This record gives sequence, C-alpha cells and structure tokens, in this order.
Amino acid sequence: MRLSFVLSEIFSGLRRNLSMVVSVILVTFVSLSFVGAAGLLQAQVTQMKGYWFDKVQVAVYLCNSTSVSANCPVGADGAATPVSESQRTAVEDALKSDEMKSYVAMYEYESPEEAYKHFQEQFGNSSMADLVKPDQLPASFRIKLVDPEKYQVINERFSTMPGVDQVADQRQYLDKVFQLINVASIVAVIIAAVMIVCAVLLVATTIRLSAFTRRRETGIMRLVGASKSVIQLPFVLEGVIAAAIGAILASGVLWAVLQFVVTDRLAAENPQVAFIDPTEMFWVAPLLILIGVLLAGLSSLLTLRRYLKV
Amino acid sequence: MIRFDHVTKVYDAPQHPALSDIDLEVDRGDFAFLVGASGSGKSTFIRLVLREERPSSGSVHVAGTNVDKLPSWKVPLLRRNIGVVFQDFRLLPNKTVFANVAFAMQVIGRSRAMIRETVPQVLETVGLKEKGGRMPHELSGGEQQRVAIARAVVNRPAILLADEPTGNLDPETGRGIMEILDRINQNGTTVVMATHDDEIVNRMRRRVIELDHGKVVRDERGGEYHAVGDQLVLSAGNQAIAPFDSEEDEL
Repeated sequence: MRLSFVLSEIFSGLRRNLSMVVSVILVTFVSLSFVGAAGLLQAQVTQMKGYWFDKVQVAVYLCNSTSVSANCPVGADGAATPVSESQRTAVEDALKSDEMKSYVAMYEYESPEEAYKHFQEQFGNSSMADLVKPDQLPASFRIKLVDPEKYQVINERFSTMPGVDQVADQRQYLDKVFQLINVASIVAVIIAAVMIVCAVLLVATTIRLSAFTRRRETGIMRLVGASKSVIQLPFVLEGVIAAAIGAILASGVLWAVLQFVVTDRLAAENPQVAFIDPTEMFWVAPLLILIGVLLAGLSSLLTLRRYLKV
Repeated sequence: MIRFDHVTKVYDAPQHPALSDIDLEVDRGDFAFLVGASGSGKSTFIRLVLREERPSSGSVHVAGTNVDKLPSWKVPLLRRNIGVVFQDFRLLPNKTVFANVAFAMQVIGRSRAMIRETVPQVLETVGLKEKGGRMPHELSGGEQQRVAIARAVVNRPAILLADEPTGNLDPETGRGIMEILDRINQNGTTVVMATHDDEIVNRMRRRVIELDHGKVVRDERGGEYHAVGDQLVLSAGNQAIAPFDSEEDEL
C-alpha cells in the first residue's frame, strides 16, 4: 500500500464527511479541554502545597533579621535580632521533651538555606524567586502532629518562646483553597467523562456513515483482494486525525489560558501564591493527544468490526 | 481449478437449500457457462468460490486450496487470484476509467511504475485504449462493462467470474463483451460465467452447467440450447460429455 494512496483516500474521506469530521474535532476539543483543565488544577494544587505540605502540619518560624513580630526584639540597627543558637536549642529541646511527646510525631529543622532551596522550587517561575535572598527566609521547625487538630497546644507552647517569630498552621488557609480546587477538578472530570462518551459515540457514528458512503470502494477493494488493514486504515486514520486535531486545539486553548490568564493576570496580581505556568503543557498536551488518538482509534476499530465486512 | 465436493449451502430455510450436493469441477483454462433461472443458485456458486459465503456442508476447492479451511487473513490472497465482473458494472463514478482500473492495483500495493505500464495494456485488450481519461458516466453500458472487465483482469487472476455480465446490455454489445471474455480465456484464464442468455450460450459452444433449485440438472460441453420459459434446454442430438475430469488441479 502506497503512502500517497492512503493519504489521498483519507483526505477524500475527510472532505466527503466534512460536517461530521468538524463535529468530531469540536467534541474531542471540548472534552479534552476539560480533561486537561482537571489535570492542570491538580498540578496547581501540587504547586501550592510546596515542599512541606504533605509532610507536616505546623511550622515554628524562628526570628531572623527581617522578622516583624513582637517576639523578635529589635536591635540597635532597627532590624530584628536573629534567633540565637541557644534559643534554637531551647526550642528543639522543648520539642523533644516528654511534655510534647504525645503531640509531636516528628519534627524537622529547616535552615534558611534549605528554605531558600524549597522556595526556589515552588516559586521558581515567578518574579518572587529573584527578589528573595536566603537570609530573608527564616529558619523553622516543621512539625508533624500526632493529632493534626491539636495545633493550639503547639501554638501556646512555642509562640511565646524567645527567638520564635510565629507558629503557623499551614493547612488552615490552604485546605479551603484546595477543597475548592478539588471540587472544580471533580466537576471538570465529570464534564470531561460525559463529553468523552459523546466523542466516542460521535466517532463511531462518523465511521459508520463513512463506511456506508464508501461501500462501493470497500466492496471493490474486497473483491480485488485488498487486505483488511488496507481497507480499514483510511477509516481509522480519519477518526484519529480528527481527534488529534481536537486534542491540539484543546492544548492550544489551555496553553493560552495558562499564559494570558494565569501567568499574565493571576500570577502577576498575586505574587505570594505559587502558580503553574505554561510549561505544564509539555506534559499535558502529549497526554491529551494520546488520549484523543487512543479513544478515536479504539472506537473506530470497534465500529468497523461491526459495519465493514472484510 | 474450481472443484465443488458435495457442496450444500443452506441460507435460512433448510428444506430449500440454495445449492444441494453440488459435485463438479472446472478445469484450468476452461470456459464454463452457469445457466438457470433466478434463484437456481448461480450467484451462490460464485459467492462460494469467492468465499463470500461458506458451504453448509462439503468443500470448495479453488486453485488447489480448500477455501473453507483458509484463515481469514489469507482470503484477500485468494481473491487476488480471482477477477469478478457483475451485471451492474460497479465502477467508481468519481474516478476516471484509468483510475478505476488502477484502483485494483493500488489497493494491493502495486508500484506506480507498474500501474502506469499495466493499465494501458489492459485497456487496450478491452478496446478502450483511447478512453482512459473519461469518466464512467460518459461511457456507454458496453464500454463501462469493458472497464469492469479490465479492472477484474488487471492483476492477472487465474480465474474470472462473470455474474450476468451481458444482462444489462443489448445483444450486439453483449457479443462484444463475449469476444473480450473469449480472448481472456484464450490467454489461459479460467472463465465461469453465469447467464440466462441462450443466444450467447449457443453461439459460444462451451461447457454449460445448468442449475435448477440448487441442483446440477445438466453439465454438457459444446451443446446447443434453446430457451423454454426461463430455462435453457439442450436440443436433441448433441453429445454429452462426462462432467468430471480425473485430472487434478495443482497450484
């Protein structure tokens, strides 16, 4: 089978079924946009969680020169006094004490250098990353609680200790945001699932129609001994090409949203939040194309088995 | 070349088989007419040879192979060895004469150089050398059937099956078609033609297999027939020959 012949068969098929092919393109475009959006929302959650979110619940930030809380005494130069070595050890001893044992499951110390590294990972694509220096980031103890609800105990015990800037419950605010994003993801997945069903059925109908309008050709192909794959290939590729175009359109729209809405607007207006950027499309786009091609290929093969006698 | 070994084909009604215990053989290079009224089993015979259908019992051998035992992926290879012509021509209306014939070569992967060399030769054989660029609707019925014949033989099949090829044509045009089929047969192709045109059968003086309600009622060579109702009847005084040759077909 010559390539040019297969291509000309495919294009004549696409032309003949133009309205159906356009609807396949549009339906796969919409459904894969929702699939991609769900994926990107989850990527955004991961991005916002940063390094510590899944590992610990409470952060005890220690004073550094940029601290503004009353706990960090202001020195003669107008800057806050950074935590001293003995203060840091006192906090760590308190964490290890028997009194805290029943609350603290595990803790880790994060030095300013480590904090800077994790910060760069989370905000690497934002303008914040260039402005922040390691000495601006406080050292901290990251604490995993036995019972996450017992945040107040830690807060009372540590927030007044000398050298402690503040005690923060990381989940407090983010959990609400994540709940919102997760609901949005679930809605996107449900819409995507419905649309994918539509896309599969539409591909099947298109292929069926195409097989019917080309029954003369396929009948003659059968009679002169064309192999099964030669007869079916143009039909399958017709569906696959339409679905791939839909997937490319979906990728383009998602990229545009990331670039012009997320990066240019949201991220620019909220520099304190870590947002995903358009480079996410490097994994989302191939995934969408793969999903589109597989769905169209499978549904057209199954349809052909029923409607195209070979 | 084609051997039916006690073949019975039942579609829906077991008491009315389309073919009933058919046992016959068409040799390599033969020209055989398949005659009989509509519904006598001529088309079923052709469909069994092409393995469009499978026998309910018995076996069909084409070019030495039992087609029922053929795995489905090998069926296209069997069909490349068989050309088929129909009463309704079955040309592709949006392709030129040349492209219609070339299509049969394209879909089995022949090279463009080979197509450019072979198609004009075949068109010349059927007398359409000058009309390769025409569209089917610009041709007469006889010319369209000649394009269909060209398409059927362009891949040099060993067998040519013709299902009422003259059925839609006037007698004069039909004679032209028969000349072409005869020439193809002279070149060594086995031809089986289903027809109920007694004028053609009589003039050609070839083997005649008559089917009636799925049974072979006559199998004679070179006889003269005349139509009685819609049946062809052998005139008295003709010598009948044994329907089967002991000669084996091997390929």
